Amino acid sequence: MSFISNLLNGISLGSIYALIALGYTMVYGIAKMLNFAHGDIIMVGGYAAFITMAATWCPLWLAMLITVAVCTVLGVVIEKVAYRPLRSAPPLAVLITAIGVSYLLQNIALLTQSANPRTFTSIAAGAPPFLQVFEGKGAVFFADNPYADEGLKPILTISMETFLAIAVSVIIMVALILFINKTKAGKAMLACSEDRGAAQLMGINVNGTISLTFAIGSALAAVAAVLMCSAYPQISPYTGSMPGIKAFVAAVFGGIGSIPGAMIGGVLLGVIEILAKFYISSQLSDAIVFLVLIVVLIVRPTGIMGKKINEKV
Amino acid sequence: MRKVTKNNLITFGGTTALLAVLGVLMAMGKLNNMVSGLTVTIGIYIIASTSLNLTVGVLGELSLGHAGFMCIGAFSSATVSQMLMNVGGVPQWLVFTLAILFGAVCAAIMGVLIGIPVMRLRGDYLAIVTLGFGEIMKSLFNNIYLTQDVNGLHFGFTNPPQNIDAATKVEILRGPMGTSAPGLTNFWVVAAVLLVCLLILMMFIDSKSGRACMAVRDNYIAAQSVGINVTKFRLMAFTLSAAIAGVAGALYMHSLSNMLPKKFDYNLSILILVYVVLGGLGSLRGSIIATIILYALPELLRNINQEIVNARMLIYAIILIFLMLWKNAPFFINLREKIKAKFKKDKATDVTSGGAEA
Repeated sequence: MSFISNLLNGISLGSIYALIALGYTMVYGIAKMLNFAHGDIIMVGGYAAFITMAATWCPLWLAMLITVAVCTVLGVVIEKVAYRPLRSAPPLAVLITAIGVSYLLQNIALLTQSANPRTFTSIAAGAPPFLQVFEGKGAVFFADNPYADEGLKPILTISMETFLAIAVSVIIMVALILFINKTKAGKAMLACSEDRGAAQLMGINVNGTISLTFAIGSALAAVAAVLMCSAYPQISPYTGSMPGIKAFVAAVFGGIGSIPGAMIGGVLLGVIEILAKFYISSQLSDAIVFLVLIVVLIVRPTGIMGKKINEKV
Repeated sequence: MRKVTKNNLITFGGTTALLAVLGVLMAMGKLNNMVSGLTVTIGIYIIASTSLNLTVGVLGELSLGHAGFMCIGAFSSATVSQMLMNVGGVPQWLVFTLAILFGAVCAAIMGVLIGIPVMRLRGDYLAIVTLGFGEIMKSLFNNIYLTQDVNGLHFGFTNPPQNIDAATKVEILRGPMGTSAPGLTNFWVVAAVLLVCLLILMMFIDSKSGRACMAVRDNYIAAQSVGINVTKFRLMAFTLSAAIAGVAGALYMHSLSNMLPKKFDYNLSILILVYVVLGGLGSLRGSIIATIILYALPELLRNINQEIVNARMLIYAIILIFLMLWKNAPFFINLREKIKAKFKKDKATDVTSGGAEA
């Protein structure tokens, strides 16, 4: 049973990674750049949620809406101010700028919110666990332990946060796939990632499409921020950097630029991390995640779903 | 004289002169403890930043795992120096020389091992793999325990080794509790090592291999097509950069009484990268000057205004972004052209008006 519980926790963490990885992979597919600041947008989203949820006048749905709005605007502004002028610059300059933006956000948070981690109130605080399984009694959904009087403890508990992370991620991913394949704007994104020049000749607004990509990626980061801070109830200026980097690993694992790849890579990486934490060593789990990256890049640099692209002169 | 030689002479001479002045002041006892401590740390950071400049400036690849190589150099050298000190009878200078060399060799071996997969990659992938490598090294040394007793060495992974003879027990590596190496680093050692490292870097960059690296940086495919063995030269430069980072780590380790593995984290890599980028990619002199200013300034300002010190990374980040935009954004390129054209015009009118008067 502990294996099943770990597996589900892994899938839950993995779906959060997948949401973040989608932001990376979409931006990489279209703008051909690694948005290092993506992880820090998560952190900003976490603080936005933290502050709005603490305000008494603000109901939960409005807090979520504000969080998503803040991240979306931030993502678009960053793209416009820092990345758009560098569209034809050498990759090294773009990468250094992205690191600069990441550092800027981190230090603004450090100066305004202090380095001490704050306790984040889960969005599912007070709610009963999603599922409890009792030996010989079967499963109980959405309820507190009904056998508490008899002193019976569940052999498997799945918290509301775990369930929410998986459910919300699945809904968002389905919506995203529909958006990209069925709507005009989504198809424009596909066209831009295929060939930016040709897309422009076909009358697609390339700059607008790139802005839209950043907006969607940042909105997904905001959702991931709320889910992650609920599951691991802490927030600090460094909250976003590690999950951000791991999500990039997930995107590479799945094949960068591929949307289904980011989902599969994210979930796999989450499962690997949780299982490694539980069965190998909790201190080495980060190292194992990065080892996965190095092995993937040696064995199959294009990732699980990626296509090989030959460089043309 | 060739321009490169002249440039190198200025850099090397300037550094030597600066070190000589500091040395004389130190010998006369004019420097207080804080400043002399600062010179040691700055010297170590200069070694680190110039070696990173080899990867970022000359090779044109962003390495975010420089702290990882420093970490290897630090802990492997500490193992050697502590074991030799325990043996006794070995003169200190020999202990330290062997320790630094061992640190450099370990970092170089790791550089080759990680370089073989990494040098097949470029750009963003390379950046993220080196970042991952740095994190792996940090967590690895967070979990390694090495204890010496009368029966020999005991190795422990994730847990301290058991069954140790308590009377003769010497803890060499203590996992997350850090490592206490003998304090052998002083100004003279750092100055000598710095000059040697600088010389090696200059000679490499000005050699056939260094020029091959720059050709690869400027145009990968063109370099490949004229028969440059791209992977070989990239690996060579990457390994040299790693080895010198290992030296910096070894010096750093022996300059503090206790060093924690978590000190060599992502932030240290970024800090060194900031020195390199702000000093100028590919310019050793730039790295040296930037390191001195950017490291010393906050330390000296600490007594005057703490707020500026707290905000220094924020300011660095803004400068970093602005510098990249200034050099590459079309808007700023046009602005620069305009300013340049205006200056030229002014000069031109000056000349003609001056001629008319005469």
